[in-house]
Amino acid sequence: MPEYRWPDRNERQVLGKRVSRLDGPDKVTGKAKYTSDVNLAGTLHAKFLRCPHAHARVTSIDTSAAESLPGVKAVRVIQGPGKEVQWSLDDIAVVAAVDEATAEDAVRRIAVEYEVLPHLVNEDDLGKAGDRTKPASEQVKGDPDQAFQDADAVVEGEYGIPVITHCCLEPHGQVIDWSGDTLTAYQSTQNISGMANQFAQPLEIPAANVSIVQDHVGGGYGSKFGADSWGLETARLSRETGRPVRNFLERDAELFVAGVRPSGFARIKVGAKKDGTLTAWEAESWGTSGLSGGGISMQVLPYVINPPNVRKKHTGIATNTGPARAWRAPNHPQTCWLTFAALDDLAARLEMDPLDFYLKNLNLTERPDLYRKQLIRAEELMGWRKKWRPRGQETTGPVKQGLGLAFHTWGGRGHNSTARLVVDPDGSVSVSMGTQDIGTGTTTVIAMVAAETFGLPVNSIKVNTGRSPDYPRSGPSGGSTTVGGVCAATRRACQLALEELFEKVAPRLGVEPSELEAASGRIRVKGKPFRSLTWKQAASRLGVTPLEVTGRNISASRRASDGKLIDSGVAGVQMAEVSVDTETGVVKMKKFVAIQDCGLIVNEKLADSQVYGSLIMGISSALTEERIMDERTGSLLNGEMEFYKLAGLGDIGQLVVEMWKDAEQDARGVIGLGEPPVIAPVGAIGNAVANAIGVRVPRAPFIPRRVLAALEEKGGLYA
Amino acid sequence: MKAFEYASPTTKEQAIQLLGAQWEEAEVLAGGTDLLSLMKTFGATPRRVVDIQGIREFQGIDYIASSGLRLGALATLSELIDHPAAQKNYPSLVQAAGGVRSQQIQSFGTIGGDLCQRPRCWYFRNGLGYFPKDASGQDLVRQGENQYHAILGNSGEAAFVSASSLGPPLIALGATLRIFSKDGSRELPVAEFFRTPQQESDRETILNPGEILGEIHVPPAGQVLNATYEVREKEALDWPLVTASVTLKLNEGKVEQARIVLGHVAPIPWNAVQAAKGLAGKAIDEDTAAEAGAAAVAGATPLSRNGYKVQLARVAVKRAILNAVMGGA
Repeated sequence: MPEYRWPDRNERQVLGKRVSRLDGPDKVTGKAKYTSDVNLAGTLHAKFLRCPHAHARVTSIDTSAAESLPGVKAVRVIQGPGKEVQWSLDDIAVVAAVDEATAEDAVRRIAVEYEVLPHLVNEDDLGKAGDRTKPASEQVKGDPDQAFQDADAVVEGEYGIPVITHCCLEPHGQVIDWSGDTLTAYQSTQNISGMANQFAQPLEIPAANVSIVQDHVGGGYGSKFGADSWGLETARLSRETGRPVRNFLERDAELFVAGVRPSGFARIKVGAKKDGTLTAWEAESWGTSGLSGGGISMQVLPYVINPPNVRKKHTGIATNTGPARAWRAPNHPQTCWLTFAALDDLAARLEMDPLDFYLKNLNLTERPDLYRKQLIRAEELMGWRKKWRPRGQETTGPVKQGLGLAFHTWGGRGHNSTARLVVDPDGSVSVSMGTQDIGTGTTTVIAMVAAETFGLPVNSIKVNTGRSPDYPRSGPSGGSTTVGGVCAATRRACQLALEELFEKVAPRLGVEPSELEAASGRIRVKGKPFRSLTWKQAASRLGVTPLEVTGRNISASRRASDGKLIDSGVAGVQMAEVSVDTETGVVKMKKFVAIQDCGLIVNEKLADSQVYGSLIMGISSALTEERIMDERTGSLLNGEMEFYKLAGLGDIGQLVVEMWKDAEQDARGVIGLGEPPVIAPVGAIGNAVANAIGVRVPRAPFIPRRVLAALEEKGGLYA
Repeated sequence: MKAFEYASPTTKEQAIQLLGAQWEEAEVLAGGTDLLSLMKTFGATPRRVVDIQGIREFQGIDYIASSGLRLGALATLSELIDHPAAQKNYPSLVQAAGGVRSQQIQSFGTIGGDLCQRPRCWYFRNGLGYFPKDASGQDLVRQGENQYHAILGNSGEAAFVSASSLGPPLIALGATLRIFSKDGSRELPVAEFFRTPQQESDRETILNPGEILGEIHVPPAGQVLNATYEVREKEALDWPLVTASVTLKLNEGKVEQARIVLGHVAPIPWNAVQAAKGLAGKAIDEDTAAEAGAAAVAGATPLSRNGYKVQLARVAVKRAILNAVMGGA
């Protein structure tokens, strides 16, 4: 068995290069087909009747008028009389009809009566949660009471961030074609290999008879791992009608029932010594994940920086709202903001530059050395020392400038993945894996790893993904685990294939297999590059039988022989510069610096791109993004993109992204990147706002209403 | 969307024949940026859609120095933004149209459509009407999420804000509009076009179901300085929190005549008459502009969550006045 490792840095031909994504041209020309573009002959359209109440019991349902409408092929009741519905827009019934309009008309003909029950949909005020609270037990470390007594500075504050939604541009949905005893699901998903069983078990069909198909996906962010209740209903409709059935959620349902991020609020007290040494932390946090209570996880609060004395308590609040799903770096963005807001207020009380405060306390983190280096580099790119002024600066004019920072961590170990590699006698190479490219460039990095290992051009590698069971299993794209999983599996498969190929080629070149290497499109004798065969000539030695091998990445495996293909655990530092108009409360991004490590960087262009996308998502969450519920009716008020406010180009400012490329990190192998850079923006931006206006805006997003309210409470920069 | 009949007349006479006596019978389609989204959510369910885009005489923008600016109701926001004479003489109009931060809406949305668009109130858009109430009769807006609602003109039931971006500058510029019906046409000041609905069956304008808004006439700007200032939460597509449009006629550095009209603060564009009068005879500087801003919101009656809009309105008026004088945007 070969020794699995990456080539030395100075020997790499492809890895680390700025290779443009292979699916780019298809995406920009519209040639790329997303699941929502799938249009099979004879397709029926599904529409759901959704509950208008936040909490109600169905007392009666009459579908006869819908059933008798011409063009309607099936009507199914999902939650009939007696069922207790726990959030608005939940599925009550579904119709399949020959076109979308007919299905919608039919849905409106279904008569449902409800017994309306009491609801709670807003959790920002813990005092109003009543019997909806689900407190967890208090956790204590060290002696927080003594530590607060001994502290030279103690600051208390209340901070929060509301529920936001995944807001996938391509909504959740599928086209299901149930034909005979096989089911083909064209599914918008980030979990190709894990999908078949989710259809098979509830529908009582052998998993082997379920095929999953997807070529491109328009966003998932952690919300598209499941078959979903509506996916199963769509399948049942297909079985019942014998025709393909298509279902994609309406925007309001997409925003409300298909995935949200838990909210996080906390009253936080922090204490430090005069010299800035952080000694004590106390937090009472709350939030919601929907009916389950939940909210943010106490395990990552305080975030990244762990003082010796800690007391914490969390209360989940059960709300009648759509259930939370994993949202890009679950828990981290919220607890990062809560933590760095409190610490920033403490630094201000100590009259310390927060940069110095954090440098002083890095021993309380797991990566003090890396954070230190990254903070110093971020300082250079931002010009922090030159620009930074203490809070409450006396400058003329209503527009104030401010700087803020926060940093983060994430795991990102590659998941279980199996790659099937085929080298055909004509020299063509394909890598097949039941993974998915959720816009991160997965197919491109697979091709790059194969190209690097074989010494071939990237575009000569054919990568097959997005099919199950056709291609070997790979993991879901969550937790930033894909890049490590697919790269390690591909590398192993390629190295195994080379070993076999060298056996075939060695006699021809009159050397031992171990004396051969693959480089520059040739198989050649190490140190004697002129003794070689072209890749094509070498492949022809296979005769008529293609060479097929599989390479696996086993996430839990840390055998020494695995070498350093992948690792887990990253840092990352971010700094924000904002301007705040103190007369209008409008916050504008000026500049944002993100320093990010992720071990060995497979493709620096795609890595940059991941960070840019993360920052834009983070800026939305900081400046405008918020789910807004009407407490009286229990319904979602901003279920349309005109009201659910995402940042556009004009809102983003200058983004400065620098990937961390030192030899020490590179030697760790590939680590996932999708999540870490989305964590710190709200913290960095929130602190920049506080620095600019001299007062904390305690809750995100930092919209004019909240900025002006914070200024007014302070005594007002405006009359 | 409810199934409907589609008609595409090419003359205003044909179009008028196709309209009904009730709103449910027919709706006028121009750019479609508002009507289509309302129809998709059953916020509008006309039996017939009368597409007036083929009516040539409602198209285009013409400028003659002696008579002013004629805006066809079908001219798009983009046409207005790109029109050199509008840019030079009526910056308040161009700035207001530019505040509609969607390239798609600028390209498809029409000037007439901007004036006729329905409220953006999220209770209204969720099908709860002008005066949303819960089952027990409680006022949802006043007890709910009213952060984007009215701070002025809200003493009656209505608390939504007029959605028009162009209404305020057109009123400040003294524009008139022409409405066509079976009985011929009538011309009236844009200021009289808007009204606060008193019952759910009312509309936010004086247009009757059988009428079509055809064109708008803006008098010559002459030496009238004008500007619009808008406050939004984001730069990308977003509805204004507050806008202020002002016109100022100066004589030897002193204000001879002023108009100040606020947008998105009341169910109609809000003509701040007293604030404008207060400017008469004064030179414009930071202080007089700020005084006018304060006067414009003197009678404000904010709701539980929109007190901040009083501050925004005050500042928007001040900045619009200063921008008008400095010629800035």
